[in-house]
Amino acid sequence: MSTAATPPKVPTGSSGDQFPTDRLAAAYRTMLVARATDERCLSLQRQGRIGFYVPLSGQEAAQVGSAVALESADWVFPAYRELAVALVRGVPLGAILDQLFANGRDRTKGRQMPNHFGFRDQNFVVASSPIGTQITQAVGAAMAARRRRDPIATIAYFGDGATSSNDFHAGLNFAGVYRTPTIFFCQNNGWAISLPRERQTRSPTLAEKAASYGFPGVVVDGNDLEAVYAAVRDARARAVAGEGPTLIEAQVYRFGAHSTSDDPRRYRSDAQVEAARKRDPVHLLKDRLVAAGLLDDARDAQWWEEARAEVARAVESAEGAPPVDPMSFLDDVFAEPTPRLRAERSALEGLVRDGLLKP
Amino acid sequence: MTERTLVQAVNRGLFEAMQADPDVILLGEDIGVNGGVFRATEGLAQQFGEDRVLDTPLSETGIVGTAIGMALYGLKPVAEIQFLDFIYPAFDQIVSELAKFRYRSGGQYPCHVVIRTPYGGGIKGGLYHSQSSEAYFAHTPGLKVVVPSTPADAKGLLLSAIHDEDPVIFLEPKRIYRSVTGEVPDGDHRVPFGAARVVREGTDVSLFAYGAMVPPTTEAAEALAGDGISAEVLDLRTLVPLDEDAIVASVEKTGRAVVVHEAPRTCGFGAEVAALLAERAFYSLKAPIARVTGFDTPFPYALENVYLPDAPRIAHAARSTVRSG
Repeated sequence: MSTAATPPKVPTGSSGDQFPTDRLAAAYRTMLVARATDERCLSLQRQGRIGFYVPLSGQEAAQVGSAVALESADWVFPAYRELAVALVRGVPLGAILDQLFANGRDRTKGRQMPNHFGFRDQNFVVASSPIGTQITQAVGAAMAARRRRDPIATIAYFGDGATSSNDFHAGLNFAGVYRTPTIFFCQNNGWAISLPRERQTRSPTLAEKAASYGFPGVVVDGNDLEAVYAAVRDARARAVAGEGPTLIEAQVYRFGAHSTSDDPRRYRSDAQVEAARKRDPVHLLKDRLVAAGLLDDARDAQWWEEARAEVARAVESAEGAPPVDPMSFLDDVFAEPTPRLRAERSALEGLVRDGLLKP
Repeated sequence: MTERTLVQAVNRGLFEAMQADPDVILLGEDIGVNGGVFRATEGLAQQFGEDRVLDTPLSETGIVGTAIGMALYGLKPVAEIQFLDFIYPAFDQIVSELAKFRYRSGGQYPCHVVIRTPYGGGIKGGLYHSQSSEAYFAHTPGLKVVVPSTPADAKGLLLSAIHDEDPVIFLEPKRIYRSVTGEVPDGDHRVPFGAARVVREGTDVSLFAYGAMVPPTTEAAEALAGDGISAEVLDLRTLVPLDEDAIVASVEKTGRAVVVHEAPRTCGFGAEVAALLAERAFYSLKAPIARVTGFDTPFPYALENVYLPDAPRIAHAARSTVRSG
């Protein structure tokens, strides 16, 4: 971990926390489940069995390392690529697959495209598609937590592209002014769809933007699980101690497409991707575990098999679940439907009753 | 009962809501020490402290985005946008986020934020301190849109908004902030959403208005009475939810309808009222529906009195309607 090019003159606390060795294996296995989910869901989308998918390959260590550093009472404001964060938070893989299939068990009732999930029980706020909007919201939740004297932090996940958004500026500015217990966790994966990082901003790093808001920004190797963990633990310690926010730039590489609707060969070379894959976070952690005597090839093969089997079970269950109730799209606009919504529902029910519309 | 101006009634409503519930937090530009540019929050920072009346940096998306985060966490934020004309930087947060949180989360995350903002013309505010863009918000599923026209309603609808479970866009008619005075009930006075107010009963023509257009519409009805025309005036109070039954019932009685608003005509809220009447009261109509509205231009500074509907224009439209059938 290195500090930003122009570190602000704000004291940075250090938690001194190192990634707990007894959790390394579990973290690795979560990364395998995330990678296996990517593999399977890309193929499900090509087969037309799910409508869309947002892969996270290359970002597993950044996501798992940051999420393990949080406490369960902390609030996560994700973007739409944070599948591995959700897993660490304790969201069952099956619940995620239910959302990808938009079935009748989907906690969000089939309302959104795949990957835009949310799970209140795990303080994992529901994602949206607009870029950066969750950043100001995470700041507001942190302000509320402080008003309630809850010793928690909020964390906003976003990408390199989001650093150009209105809400990045507004959110970091508010966080600096009010010194909120917020962690801004930027996964700089090199690409905002087709635009490379160096054309997103002239800043040498994204982390150094924190200086202009009056708080620390740090760059961390996002492929290094333990380095990410330590950076987030430090930021969290500062947050709950009342020392204010931190911007963390986790440098990673997006191995796959932006989404299943994207063809990255239009804007980047395979050679570049292959070079980045030499620092695959899954392989790096495997090497680390092997070196520590916690893993060998046989056990690794077994864990891969178990990860793929877990994904297969979740897919089978989600695909076999009953469909979403055809009238349910009319619910949850308001706490109680307005007279207009009630009239629209009864008109729709009439169409169905008369056989003019088959849900 | 206490006599108050409309802006004083807003202030009183905020005061009582904050006194009753420590989760009610105000945030906005210049609302603390300065008491708001229209003084709607006067004295509240001094009373409740600067950690409950937050003077924010100058960023509407920051105000609404952080208010959303507070609401998700369980507070009851009441955000002020200094003028409706300046709300557009927050449009993404309002339309994409606030309006959709409950829906997109399958009911897991209700998001109750009240956004108060002065709207409308007649104060020599030009293009950027005069707009009446309520239709954008009424068109967005998930938002309630409230427009008081009297001091009693300003307090009563505001308290209902703060106690509601859904996002509310609370549009304050700044033109009549101080020109309208009235008796305001003391204590927890709440006016329900979705219940139009009969300002004046009549039998020949129904005049529908809201906000700052209610006084000139009422004035027009008085002028019409001098001509022997009995005009009914309905103050819609809330555009979402809309008291459709009251609108339809009035026209079933009178057979004629004039809809008044200061917003531009095209896709203005009057179009919705006219369509509702065409759908549900067509066979009661004796004459074409008339609209008296602002023009399809930006809001002009020097000629705002030409732009804004006034009592003579409203009365003229009503007379034409009565004469035509």
